[in-house]
This record gives sequence, structure tokens and C-alpha cells, in this order.
Amino acid sequence: MAKELWKGNEAIAEAAIRAGCRCYFGYPITPQSEIPEYMSLHMPKVGGVFLQSESEIAAINMVYGASGAGARVMTSSSSPGVSLKQEGISYMCGAELPGVIVNVMRGGPGLGTIQPAQGDYFQATRGGGNGDYRLIVFAPANIQEVVDLMQEAFELADQYRMPVMMLLDGMIGQMMEPIEWKKPPVSPDDLPEKPWATTGTKEGRAPNIINSLFIDPEACNVHNKRLEEKYRRVIESEQRYETNDTDGAEVIFVAYGTPARLARAAAGLLEKEGIKAGVFRPVTVWPYPYEALHEVSLQDSVKAIVTVEMSTGQMVDDVRIGVNGVKPVSFIGQAGGVIPTPREVANAALKALGR
Amino acid sequence: MAIVYRRSKGLTDVETHYCPGCTHGIIHRLVAETLEELGVLGKTIGVAPVGCSVFAYDYFNCDMQEAAHGRAPAVATGIKRVLPDKVVFTYQGDGDLAAIGTGEITHAAMRGENITTIFVNNAIYGMTGGQMAPTTLVGQRATTAPLGRDKSHAGSPIRIAEMLATLDGAAYIERVTVTSPANVMKAKRAIKKAFELQLEGRGFTMIEVLSTCPTNWGLTPVKALEWLNENMIPVFPLGVYKDITKKEA
Ligand SMILES: Cc1ncc(C[n+]2csc(CCOP(=O)(O)OP(=O)(O)O)c2C)c(N)n1
Ligand code: SF4
Ligand SMILES: [Mg+2]
Repeated sequence: MAKELWKGNEAIAEAAIRAGCRCYFGYPITPQSEIPEYMSLHMPKVGGVFLQSESEIAAINMVYGASGAGARVMTSSSSPGVSLKQEGISYMCGAELPGVIVNVMRGGPGLGTIQPAQGDYFQATRGGGNGDYRLIVFAPANIQEVVDLMQEAFELADQYRMPVMMLLDGMIGQMMEPIEWKKPPVSPDDLPEKPWATTGTKEGRAPNIINSLFIDPEACNVHNKRLEEKYRRVIESEQRYETNDTDGAEVIFVAYGTPARLARAAAGLLEKEGIKAGVFRPVTVWPYPYEALHEVSLQDSVKAIVTVEMSTGQMVDDVRIGVNGVKPVSFIGQAGGVIPTPREVANAALKALGR
Repeated sequence: MAIVYRRSKGLTDVETHYCPGCTHGIIHRLVAETLEELGVLGKTIGVAPVGCSVFAYDYFNCDMQEAAHGRAPAVATGIKRVLPDKVVFTYQGDGDLAAIGTGEITHAAMRGENITTIFVNNAIYGMTGGQMAPTTLVGQRATTAPLGRDKSHAGSPIRIAEMLATLDGAAYIERVTVTSPANVMKAKRAIKKAFELQLEGRGFTMIEVLSTCPTNWGLTPVKALEWLNENMIPVFPLGVYKDITKKEA
């Protein structure tokens, strides 16, 4: 199929529609507003629901209601707006509702900046809302990967009955790249049955109840243990990652999203200087591919692991867990919308190697 | 022997947890009877709030969703947009609707969201033990207003029915109470009208029901009814605040 030039935010919206999503609720915020704009034009054309909500809090609660009513549904926002969604995300996890949440990250804290950043990693992977819960979090590094993952995001959300987050930095949302639509579009009529959904009893079955309240401590404990068991299955089955030139590398960069691209450019610079460098790129940042990273780190050739982020160091915690002390882990990052240059990243590797 | 009274089909066989004399129970019954009489129990999705009526999902005999505190109108919006042919209602207290959830209820009304809201105003946060609500009367004691609500410090009660009636999207808004058999009948008629208008697709409907909280008011059930009549009704006058069907008459 011919390649088409797409902007990241518009591509993710189109990919959602092609994944059978017919329901979108959101609120404007830079750098993701092209998503609601695209949805407002295209959802009605396919008979879907688009609604601009009064806040991100309302949007995620509309997602809760629509998901509970059986719809394949999504919302999108950027960092400050995703903060407001945390309550609803926690409730969705508690009530075991599927749904896709897109975060096109900008600089923080607070109002921060509208430029690309990765400061919401802890919020996405550690749970920004209350309680013991997890999200499957995809962190694509280019627009082709964004559209390829979107269908899977909805499918996993349905399969595990939990929200899935697409964690993009603003760069991926704003840039344009040639992409291919590889998967055939999914018809909303072909989605899996949701017998638990509140679609009306037709007075033929007992009422369905969507709920996250378990007032009795024993019942709440059982509920949490059941969620834990589900998350364990996700950890076992859904880790995704990519490696580039890590075999026999002296230094390994670990990065997700845009910094993974910078890391590859830095590896190219080092190659010219006679140093073999590779890139380990988690595609899911939860569940984190700890074992795969550990394996790569164990190689005799590897002298240093360098984490690259557009933050002051968040994913580096997971890198340390994965590497687990077998090799030194260092960090290079810029935050608040400043993007590290490949030269800076390469220099960080040289420093880590003691050169 | 003829049966003159039975449990409404709209209620499950579960014993409620409401305190003796609490009028939440009567209001549940009125909603349940209405859904049964309209023959819509099988196509209704209710949304329960956070508050004393949080367990409403166990009591109404239809599909239910439990919403976060104040968010019921947004949850109901999500449901209704996906299932426009179903009947969708929220059941919310005054803390839920008039404090933390003012944004959600206002915008649901503004959009003319075709849902029905049952707004149970008892001038107090019942569930959490009697703290001041935005609807607490000036001078009324609450656990966070131990000397009574002081207007200069905490303002005066918010009148939601009047406020929402200013919005074009609101189709029907009435304030009722359940302190006497006559008032209960009136409340029933109001609730039924609201659901009928929803079935006709007329837009947002809300029935505000002045309700008692004997436990946190520190009154017997009977005294609580009297206190409501004497003190709440003057601040929250009963009546129809919006009725789009009137314009056509
Ligand atoms: C986000 C959040 N804040 C606070 C609470 C605690 N809380 C539970 S019920 C309630 C007040 C309920 O009062 P109201 O809506 O008037 O209902 P009532 O119990 O009086 O019927 C509060 C503050 C909560 N559950 N969630
Ligand atoms: S605390 Fe008040 S509102 Fe709650 S059940 Fe008891 S009487 Fe009713
Ligand atoms: Mg109350």
C-alpha cells in the first residue's frame, strides 16, 4: 500500500476510528488539540460520538459511562489535563472498564510549557490516581508505530478489562511522517461481546452493575487480589521492546519515544568514533521489559548503560531495576521542552565509559 | 384479599441501609414506581452518586453504574450518548451535585443532555457525618459549622433548581418534597413528568427533592419533617422552575 504523510495527532485519531472506536470525549489542550479537532470532523461521518466536555474530569467520566455501556471509547489530553483524569482512571481500573487514554506529554510541573517532554512517566507507570492499579502503557517512537499499536491498545483494553494509555511526547504528536495503514479497519459490529455492560436488562437478566466500591474490607481485599492476578497475567504476556545493535555493544542507551531516536543518532556518532553502541527501547513502559533489559546488560561487551529521557530522570528507576546492578547505569536528560542533542547523548556515553 | 401495596418491581429485594425516618427511601420508591409504570425498567440505566445513596446500585432493579463523587452527570452523558434510546438517570445528593459536581450538572443541563436527575437536597453531608453542604441553611449547625453556618464566612445556600432553570437546555425543573402524603403524590407526578419528557427526547430534566436527614440534623423523624417544612421550604421554595411544555400551551 502507498505511504501517506500524516501528522502524529491526526494519525492517532484516524487509527482509533480504524480500530473500531466510535466514541470520543475530550477537552482542548496543546499539543494534542488536533485529536479532538479530527474527531469532531470524522466521528460523525462514521456514525460515532464526539463530544467536547467541560473539563478533562468530565471527559474521563464520560469515558467511564460510555465504556460501562459497552462502547469502544477513548479520550486524549496532554499532561495537565491527564492529571485531571487520574481520578477517573483509578475508578475505571477499580470498575474494570476498558478504554484508551492518549497523553501527548508536554513540559511540567504545573502549567510548564507546551513543548515536548516526558515528565509524566511516573504518573503513567506508577499510577497517578489512588489505589493499587496499573495501566498498560504503550510508548511509541514514530507515527507508524503509533498507528500500528492503536488497534492493539483497544484489543488489550477489552481483553483485560482495563484502561490502556498511549504515552507520546509532544514531538510524536506534532510531527509528520510517512505511514502505511497496514491493518484492515475494524468494524464496530465485529467487536467482542460485553455481557457485563449496562445496556438495559430487557427484564430478561439480573441487573449489571459497574462499580468500584467494595465497602467490606475482606471483599475489597479479594477485589484487589483479583486485580493483582490480572496485572500479573499482563506482566507475563504483554511486554514489548525493541533492540537496535545491542549485540556486542560497549554502551547501551535505554530510551523510549523521541529520545530513542536521538539515542540511535548518538549511537551513529559513537560508531564513527570506534565505539559500538546499541539502543534498548521499551515499547511498553508498563509492563516494563525488565528481564529483556537484564539479558542485554549481562553481555560481557557491555560497559555502561545510559538512560536518555526528556525529563530529569524517571524511567531510569526502571532501568536500574532491570539492570539490577550488573552494570553501571547513568542518566542524561533535559526537561521542560528542551530536547537533548545526539552530541550531548553521545558525550554522556563517553563520560560513562570514562573517556 | 386484595393486594393494596407491594414492593415496586423497580426495587430489588435488598433491605436498604438508610436510617429510620430518612426520606431517601421514599424517593427511591417514587423513582422505582415511575420506571415500573412507564414500563422502562428493562431499558433504564441509573447512575448512583457518592453519598448516602451510594448503594442505590443495589436497590434499583435496573442496570446501574456507580460514579465518582459529583461525576454522575458526566457518566450519564457517556451512557446516553452511546445508548440514546435508553432511559438514563442520575440520583445525587446535595454535596455530590451542588458542591463537587456543580460543573458536571451545569454542563449536562447546558447541553440539554436527555437524562433525568433526581437531586436529593437534605442541606447536609449525610454520609460523612453531617458536615456543612453548600445547601446548609444560614444558622444551621453542621459538624464543620459548629456554631451554625455563618453567611459572612461561608455564604448562603445555593439554589440549584433556580440556577439550572436559566439554561436553555433544561426542559423541566421542579422542586418538590416528601414531607406529607400530598407532597409525596406531587413529587411522584413531577418525577414521572421528567421521565416522560426524557422518553420524548425533550432534553435535560431535574427534580430537586427536599429530603430529611434525622440522624445528622439531630432530630426525630417526625421533628425532621417539621423542621424541613418550617425552615427549608422558605429558603428552597417548592414549584416548577422550568417547563418547556408550557411555552407551547
Ligand atoms: C472525591 C471525594 N471527596 C470526598 C468524598 C467523601 N464524601 C463521601 S459522601 C460525601 C458527601 C455526600 O453528601 P451528599 O451528596 O449531600 O449526600 P447525602 O449523604 O447527604 O445523601 C463526601 C464528601 C469522596 N467519597 N470522594
Ligand atoms: S445519614 Fe441522613 S441522609 Fe444518610 S441515611 Fe441517615 S438519615 Fe438518611
Ligand atoms: Mg446531602
